[in-house]
Amino acid sequence: MTSLRIFAIGGLMSFRALFGFMSPWIYIPTLVVTPLFQILLFVFIGRSAGVESDTFYVVGNAIQYSSVPCLFAMTFTIAGERFNQTLGPVLVSPAGRLPLFLGRSLPVIVNGAFVGALSFTLGSLVLGVTVPASAVAPLALVIVLASASCTGLGLVLAGIGLRVREQAVMLNIVFGLLLIFTGANVPIEQLPEWMEAISRILPFTHAIEAGREVVAGSGLGDVSGLLLRELAIGVVYAVFGYRFLRFMERQGRIHATLERA
Amino acid sequence: MLSQSAFDGLLAILWPLFFGTVAFFMFRAGGDPDTLVYASLGAAVMGVWTATSVSAGSALQRQRWHGTLELLVAAPTHFSLTLLSMTVATSTIGVYCMAGTLFWGRVVFGIELPLEEPLALAVAIPATIVSIGLLGFLLSVTFARYRTAWTLGAMLEYPVWLIGGFLVPLTLFPGWVRPISWALAPTWGMNAIRDAATGSGSAWPDVAMCVVLGAAYTATGVLLTNRILFAARQRATLSLT
Repeated sequence: MTSLRIFAIGGLMSFRALFGFMSPWIYIPTLVVTPLFQILLFVFIGRSAGVESDTFYVVGNAIQYSSVPCLFAMTFTIAGERFNQTLGPVLVSPAGRLPLFLGRSLPVIVNGAFVGALSFTLGSLVLGVTVPASAVAPLALVIVLASASCTGLGLVLAGIGLRVREQAVMLNIVFGLLLIFTGANVPIEQLPEWMEAISRILPFTHAIEAGREVVAGSGLGDVSGLLLRELAIGVVYAVFGYRFLRFMERQGRIHATLERA
Repeated sequence: MLSQSAFDGLLAILWPLFFGTVAFFMFRAGGDPDTLVYASLGAAVMGVWTATSVSAGSALQRQRWHGTLELLVAAPTHFSLTLLSMTVATSTIGVYCMAGTLFWGRVVFGIELPLEEPLALAVAIPATIVSIGLLGFLLSVTFARYRTAWTLGAMLEYPVWLIGGFLVPLTLFPGWVRPISWALAPTWGMNAIRDAATGSGSAWPDVAMCVVLGAAYTATGVLLTNRILFAARQRATLSLT
């Protein structure tokens, strides 16, 4: 019961405490307007280059942009504690680390999925992209899975954030790499082989592919393989991220760098 | 840049490279080599705007955080001059982005840039950078009363990339977008650089538009600064606390 409370209530309280500054004045420009313009940017580049359809870029960029709330929020759940000088008390508490860290990831996943879904909706409305009613629920599931998978990667980056001072720079670089490698704008078959190989082990790649198929009329059963792979990638990142966080926590204690990074 | 961090400098160079790389892949898939040259020049100038927009948006806020805003405003030097030097300085960081993106395009994607009018190009590049810095100055003043101005600076990054014609010809946009594009110095600067590099037209009228718009931004910014500082002093809201 204690673990469940730490997971659910602790996670929610942590999110509210650390992201209380996210007023509409910050949320709307960064997580509503900017993803819409990212979609428009690539749609128009696509039209200019005469390559893929508008739908291709709307799906790809809406899902890829959910990396911003997922990666940034997950990493800052750790860095934010340090900034507020509460990291030490959190880590010396006897609370189980699994519910502690996973509980913090749940609101991040929900917010990431919301941003992805909203970006897709706004992008579709502005560009006149239509989606069959039967695709709405499967697409929502794809977006939630993509957010969960990316939050797993966020856990790994949170571990790195225990030692790296410039988390924002690191996260922007990861965002840029995801933009190139996940097939959000360039079909991964058109990438060089080594890049395609990397794409296959990143979050989003399979979700974006599944999202496009779902919007094109495929059922959940048709994309179940892609979704399972996306889920598996997310689980691997989450498990590795959790273990890596524990490792970095121990390193922080040994070298007295928890508050210093 | 006020930052001492090498990481920030690295990001300034890498950030437009990510978008440039995606654009290069997309235009290469389109199969027209001319569009790759078009994209390469556009991606190079994107970095100048990125370096300016985010920094300009937060220029005043940063002084607030550091507790130096009141001192700068109270100094005998007109505050516009102080702010102007900050935004133009940050826009010059874009030179590194330009060089990095052109180098990347040449080495990785084999994009050979023509150089038809070197003199015009030598004038067009600084004119573009300075006019973008002056636009940043106008933005920083406009956002002076906005507590989270940095979000607006970041928010304007993609729209100006888009309607400034950096990667997409303006003819693809609806008619109502074009007057907005024409009011932006980056649009003319981009045209000037392309014309000078490819010889597709005379770059000088575009350079002249950059200068005219830059002067207009400066005049408007100075007037706004006076007005905003007067209002802030009257209401004691300079620190926004």
